Amino acid sequence: MSSTFLLALPLVFVLSGVVLYAVLAGADLGAGLWQLFAGRGRHGEEIRDYAHHSMAPVWEANHVWLIFVLTVFWTAYPTAFGSIASTLAIPFFLAGIGIVFRGAAYALRVGASTPRELGVIDTIFSLSSILTPFALGAMVGAIATGRVPVGNAAGARFSSWLSATSILVGVLAVATSAYLAAVYLAADAARRDECRLERAFRARALGAGVAAGALALAGIFAFRYEAHSLYNELVSGRALPAVVVSALAGLTTLALVYRRRFEAARYSAALAVAAVVAGWGLAQWPAILPGLDIRQAAAPHDTLVAVVVAVLGGGAIVFPSLALLFRLTLAGRFDPGRAAQAATPAHGLPEARPALLVRTAVACLIVGFGLLTIANAAWAHAVGVTALLAFVVAGFLALAPTEES
Amino acid sequence: MIRVLADGLMPVHQQYLLQARQMQALSFAVHIPLVAFGISFPAMVLFAEARWLRTGDELYRTLARRWTRILVALFAVGVITGTILSFEMGLLWPNFTATFGGVFGLGFAIEGFSFFLEAIFIGIYVYGWDRLSPRTHFLSGIPIVLTGFTGSLMVISVNAWMNHPGGFTLRGGKVVDVRQWQALFANTYLWHELVHMYVAGYIVSGFVLAGAYAFGRLRGRWGRYERTALAIPLTVAALAAPVQVLIGDWAARDVARAQPVKLAAIEGLAQTTRGAPEYLLGWYEHGRIRFGLEIPHGLSLLAFHSWDAEVQGLDVVPSAERPPVNVVRFSFQTMVGIGTLLALLGVVFVAVRIRRRRLPESRWFYGALVAAGPLSVVALIAGWVTTEVGRQPWVVYRVMPTADAVTGASGIPVGYTVLALVYVVVGVGVSWVLRRLARAPLELEEAAR
Repeated sequence: MSSTFLLALPLVFVLSGVVLYAVLAGADLGAGLWQLFAGRGRHGEEIRDYAHHSMAPVWEANHVWLIFVLTVFWTAYPTAFGSIASTLAIPFFLAGIGIVFRGAAYALRVGASTPRELGVIDTIFSLSSILTPFALGAMVGAIATGRVPVGNAAGARFSSWLSATSILVGVLAVATSAYLAAVYLAADAARRDECRLERAFRARALGAGVAAGALALAGIFAFRYEAHSLYNELVSGRALPAVVVSALAGLTTLALVYRRRFEAARYSAALAVAAVVAGWGLAQWPAILPGLDIRQAAAPHDTLVAVVVAVLGGGAIVFPSLALLFRLTLAGRFDPGRAAQAATPAHGLPEARPALLVRTAVACLIVGFGLLTIANAAWAHAVGVTALLAFVVAGFLALAPTEES
Repeated sequence: MIRVLADGLMPVHQQYLLQARQMQALSFAVHIPLVAFGISFPAMVLFAEARWLRTGDELYRTLARRWTRILVALFAVGVITGTILSFEMGLLWPNFTATFGGVFGLGFAIEGFSFFLEAIFIGIYVYGWDRLSPRTHFLSGIPIVLTGFTGSLMVISVNAWMNHPGGFTLRGGKVVDVRQWQALFANTYLWHELVHMYVAGYIVSGFVLAGAYAFGRLRGRWGRYERTALAIPLTVAALAAPVQVLIGDWAARDVARAQPVKLAAIEGLAQTTRGAPEYLLGWYEHGRIRFGLEIPHGLSLLAFHSWDAEVQGLDVVPSAERPPVNVVRFSFQTMVGIGTLLALLGVVFVAVRIRRRRLPESRWFYGALVAAGPLSVVALIAGWVTTEVGRQPWVVYRVMPTADAVTGASGIPVGYTVLALVYVVVGVGVSWVLRRLARAPLELEEAAR
């Protein structure tokens, strides 16, 4: 039997992934919302462009947190995943459609040249940026209010995720995204000395922050009517410290934004979101779904160990790479107009000798054919395939696909 | 028949099972060509950049920069279509995931990290042009090439497991004793699938790109830039296409051993036969091939490299456990037919290149290249139809029927229609942006840097 620690560790990974998706990709989605409300004219266009360029280098990496959440969840808690995805198929599908349009808009913006084209693309992007966090938030609301039973599409198709509380959580997700985006964009604008943009996003951050705080408060009381035990944990039980931390971090962020200390505000805003998710997890513990606690939901012992090993190993490679990406982005190295260095390449690497390459390629082809096609042993196939791939590489270099005149 | 119950969710009757399968197939068909670019195109971009670093010739720099813009657009679309596929694991097949997530899920979890690195370094590479030192910039592209490979390895390890499951025990309908490293990576079925797809990636992007520049040549765009841009992808594809014939032959031999029913469907072989003949073209009806071109002993020779080898027919399983023969057979023949033509085209190119040390000059060659681009995509999709439809009616081969995996949610036809419409819109958008990028004049590109 697995220890509680091992049972819960993948859940901690999943919830951490949810937090990171919310604070990173959430901000990308929020930027889309601000593009929609940027207004007309020169200033509006400036805001839209800026919101796009700020997010473009990082959106794909941020999006991967959602994939991380899904894959770890379905590996470690397969029954819960199947139940949630089948009962909440509609909001899940809507979130997917939103993501499709959002990603497509990033791809298409490269080719747009007139303001009208940009306008169409940005509007699609913005609408999908609202749809996705709302749908994902409503799914969280449905799970938290215990409306997803165990089973293949065993829950209600609409009322599961369209209860007052679920809608409220969905709207909260949209507001939080908008808030985070405004804080990050204000910070970026301050770094680039863009006073007008800084002012614009500071005002938006304050407004969205107040709205998100009010919605979070309303959300807690909505749980009182739809999920009373969860409510009790939130206001007086295990989850209370998380609620307090979240409230304090939220207020601190507002104060920091007000005083234009945007860099610090980035982190306290993220902390506020993290505390909300942690509070959710603590309040629901140990139930994943009604009648399905963590012990029943978890995959076999060896699977959990494998997941933990994979996440720790993967994290050891991914986190330094992420740190590099964010350091380059936050240091402004990717800002437009920072084109630097008259790039002068290094010369003088010796060219490989074509005759030798040709001979290597031919030898590889013969060896590959013999070992893969004629021989039958597994090792022979392995060597044969390698030789054939080496043939392609050597042949490519030998043919030197360069047109000199 | 072994049935899996209890540990996952209860199987339900789903009226729209076929639509669910079609929706899944549509999602794959849209995603897989983008994957082909994802695994191979970065290496070509890096080759162009390496030429620039080595020679200082600005032409290569322009080429690498322009290709980067295509790369970033295709990668973005690949990200979202791939996300839809991961959603469909739950949206369409919740019971598959609920029952076996603990066995195969690890492959996707590791793929998630591979995808992470890919996305991170794509961000750095794309936005790092002119902002990082040339050498650092080049190095930042290498992880993209490597993760293209590891990503395919992980996803295909899951597909190979579905086709050739192992690494778990069924006890009383429950999945117990899970050995997932063995299930995913000690699977003999993995390697031919992986190599076949990886090489296909280079063939598809090579011929598609070469086809686009060949189209330009027919319209008179044929400067040094265009010739270089054609030569790089075409050389890769021309060498990879003949090699793919050998790899495909290896794959077929593995299928013959591990999935005899799939092979029987591919060949339309109703009865188990010694020295089985091979039929080219034709149509499977009432247990035999009509109007096909017979090659005596051909199938035994191809599948087992032996004149009189016994080849199992469809009759080894009850008819309810057979895949739809003509779909599988037609897609297989499509793949093999196109693959053979592409290999011949490749051999012609390599021969001209070696003997004349220049690009071919005949007009028919460029006409053929224009056709080769889309045909290679067709072959890619046909290959996946062969393996996936050939696996039916099982989602986990001979363990879980697809009908037991499907969702009980209603509204599959609605979801299918919406997704199809969305993909049409995305497809129109992508072709619009690719044409835009192709038309942007070279000088403009340089001025905007």
